[in-house]
Amino acid sequence: MKVLKRRYLAVSIDSHETLGSRDFMDAVWGAVSRLFGEYGASQAGLSLIDYDETKKLAIVRTGHKTLEMVRTALASISQIGKKPVALHVLAVSGTIKALHRRLEEHSVS
Amino acid sequence: MKRVYADLHLCIDCDRMEHFSRVVSKASKLGYTLIAVPFRKFSEEQIRQVRETCERSDVDFASRVDLRPRTPEELISFLRKLRRRFEIVAVMCESKSVARQAAKDRRVDLLNFPQPDFRRGFFDAAEAELASNCLASLEIDVKPLLTLEGPARIRLLSSLRREVATAREFHVPVVISSGVSDEMLMRRPRELAALASLFDLSGVQAREAVSKNPAAIVKRNREKLGSKFVAPGIRIIRRGKNR
Repeated sequence: MKVLKRRYLAVSIDSHETLGSRDFMDAVWGAVSRLFGEYGASQAGLSLIDYDETKKLAIVRTGHKTLEMVRTALASISQIGKKPVALHVLAVSGTIKALHRRLEEHSVS
Repeated sequence: MKRVYADLHLCIDCDRMEHFSRVVSKASKLGYTLIAVPFRKFSEEQIRQVRETCERSDVDFASRVDLRPRTPEELISFLRKLRRRFEIVAVMCESKSVARQAAKDRRVDLLNFPQPDFRRGFFDAAEAELASNCLASLEIDVKPLLTLEGPARIRLLSSLRREVATAREFHVPVVISSGVSDEMLMRRPRELAALASLFDLSGVQAREAVSKNPAAIVKRNREKLGSKFVAPGIRIIRRGKNR
């Protein structure tokens, strides 16, 4: 059986206002399907792993083949529900454990 | 060696220094080590102030001027006046005759085509051939990609894809800039490169478009504007004593 490789993305949410996880994921799904269509979105295998409203940090999972597609879609989001927002990918990893390690390194530097 | 990431088109008003320093520190946080800001008029004092602000945030600064001539003659006159004052000269090509003159003039670094109006796509094969002979680069601003929606964005992507394919065919370097004035529209270099995949730039080419290509323009022009430059390939290495 073919093993599905996954990628975990730590996404920082740059906004003056707090956003709910549902609004966030709706925006991500919307951006992916607007840019790559429903067929592309169906291949992305997107799911929200963790969402910290106070730290404004989200962890999103996708397939390794669709990583660039998701990165592009995240970069194209400029507002969520009329609120200006910028989503920045802080780190990408194959496991959640390594992602947290990278995030720690990122915050230290 | 660490890659230099550059955004050569941050449209910030240099008169509002508080806003300017906020944008510069954000650019530094996002991973840029070189930025360029267009000036409306030449002021040595203002450029010095801006450079100092950038140095405080560990960002290298290049002065830039955006020329919007109405005729080729006006472009030549602007270039004669301004070329030696700014490190980067960009021409906003709003007519075909200006675009052609800009592409064949060696003093022009960047050719920028107004994007939302897709009918003004003057970057065709003839334009690319002229630009390729004169070392001019094609500059693409990502701002319209972030602000437009629906059919307008679809038309924009199709026009950009055509322009990038022409540039690749004639080996014209592509430079991707943000073109933004609002902090919230600033993106990391890697994100700009990801957006470039929408108009068919490969991963390597997209990363070069935000690092190697813009850095090469600034390096080349700084050499030319330096006191030791004589001609391409010839520079003064030591001055002798008069006997």
